[in-house]
Amino acid sequence: MINLQLPISEKAIRELKIGDEVAITGTMVTARDAAHKYIHDNWPDWLHPILNNSMIYHCGPVVKKHADGHWSFVAAGPTTSIREEPYEAAVMEHYKVRAVIGKGGMGEKTLAGLAKSGGVYLHAIGGLAAVLAQCVVKVPNVYMLEELGVPEAFWQIEVKDFPAVVTMDSHGGSLHKAIKAKSDVVAKRLIFG
Amino acid sequence: MFQYNEEILKGQLLELIKQASTDLPPDVVAAIEAARENEDEGSAAKNVFGMILKNIDVARAGGVPICQDTGTNIYQVHIPVGVSMNKLKQLIETVTAEAVEKSILRPNAVDSITGKNTGNNVGEHQPFIHFEEWDENAIEFKLMLKGGGCENVSTQYKLPDTGLGAGRDMEGVYKVIVDAVNAAQGLGCAPGILGIGIGGDRMTSHLTAKTQLFRKLPDINPNAELANMEKRLYADLNELGVGPMGFGGKTTILGVKIGTAHRLPASFFVSIAYMCWAYRRKSMHLNASGEVQYD
Repeated sequence: MINLQLPISEKAIRELKIGDEVAITGTMVTARDAAHKYIHDNWPDWLHPILNNSMIYHCGPVVKKHADGHWSFVAAGPTTSIREEPYEAAVMEHYKVRAVIGKGGMGEKTLAGLAKSGGVYLHAIGGLAAVLAQCVVKVPNVYMLEELGVPEAFWQIEVKDFPAVVTMDSHGGSLHKAIKAKSDVVAKRLIFG
Repeated sequence: MFQYNEEILKGQLLELIKQASTDLPPDVVAAIEAARENEDEGSAAKNVFGMILKNIDVARAGGVPICQDTGTNIYQVHIPVGVSMNKLKQLIETVTAEAVEKSILRPNAVDSITGKNTGNNVGEHQPFIHFEEWDENAIEFKLMLKGGGCENVSTQYKLPDTGLGAGRDMEGVYKVIVDAVNAAQGLGCAPGILGIGIGGDRMTSHLTAKTQLFRKLPDINPNAELANMEKRLYADLNELGVGPMGFGGKTTILGVKIGTAHRLPASFFVSIAYMCWAYRRKSMHLNASGEVQYD
């Protein structure tokens, strides 16, 4: 297990290889479909300090608002990342985001972007919502909650020992491509004999 | 005439939603435990199953959602003659909003034109409620929570499919299902459970597929040919090696359930409803004395 402390340097990220298991501690932000579209349409400056050398978590949480106004995460597993494929490489490069955390992996455009700007794709376990919510120790801020709604808002979160696996690295490695290549061979045999 | 107490039924429905969202059915947990046993010691797959089982325990103990995507809420409701469907629909919608307040459900209803979230998980076709009348003097509510990730890899084929060499027969059906599961990889939160609909029009084909997911994993299809196909697909699909989350492994599928609908001579649809491992379904049976049983 490799411990990653946020903010993190490009150099530390480039040392990671596919298959590495990591535990993340520090401050990151959630962003999914509507948030990525918003970023790509506006390129807002206010996101720079939030994203610089940090990570984006593809997650639409179940949250709880407490009587004193503060928020906590109740359930917070990853959502499918491939929907952000049109945007992610450009977003990571523009804001110096060092990793995205999600599920299912991403495509060639993101893989090339990881190599260019120095980033990795971290795979969290889909559906692991109760356990991963326990790793979110604090919710310091939420941005654009009114405009985007609970699942789509930018939730800034402090995590401790958040578990994930590197499935795409900055050296062109993709576990998803490797698994797909193998299963294609089996599928071809089953379908065509 | 069947009668029920509205206030009490609201509480009972909230409990149904809570159990569905936070407590995975025993047959699904047993299948995941068996899958974990079957994976190699020290493998990523075994580790993933261990974490999944831990998550199931934490969710149940804490009364929190197993998965943050509490999905499309699909109800199948059986009612005796004379019970108002409109009234039950209103009750379900009221309780749905309450479940959001209690952080048991996520607000999951987004206006498709404006992008605005309704904030209470109630909207057009959300929750989706299918009513049927039956002869029993009782109401049965079956509820399934189906997340977006697995819904996005669900699909529909039209036979024949030249590219796959799939004709208008059961071999053709087999081939398109293999193709769909291979294309899905880990994206639907594998290992998945497949509800298959053969025949129908585009709508009833999908409906047939989804309805299969109300069956329990150990049950055996009463149609011998379909039972054989379920068994064959289960064995063969697990050879794909996709594994939990697409990390590789021996378990790609936890179950296959097939149903049929009559089709038009011109149409031959095969629908695949892919359900994630967080296979959340629960039923509640309310009898005329007001007693409920959850299953």
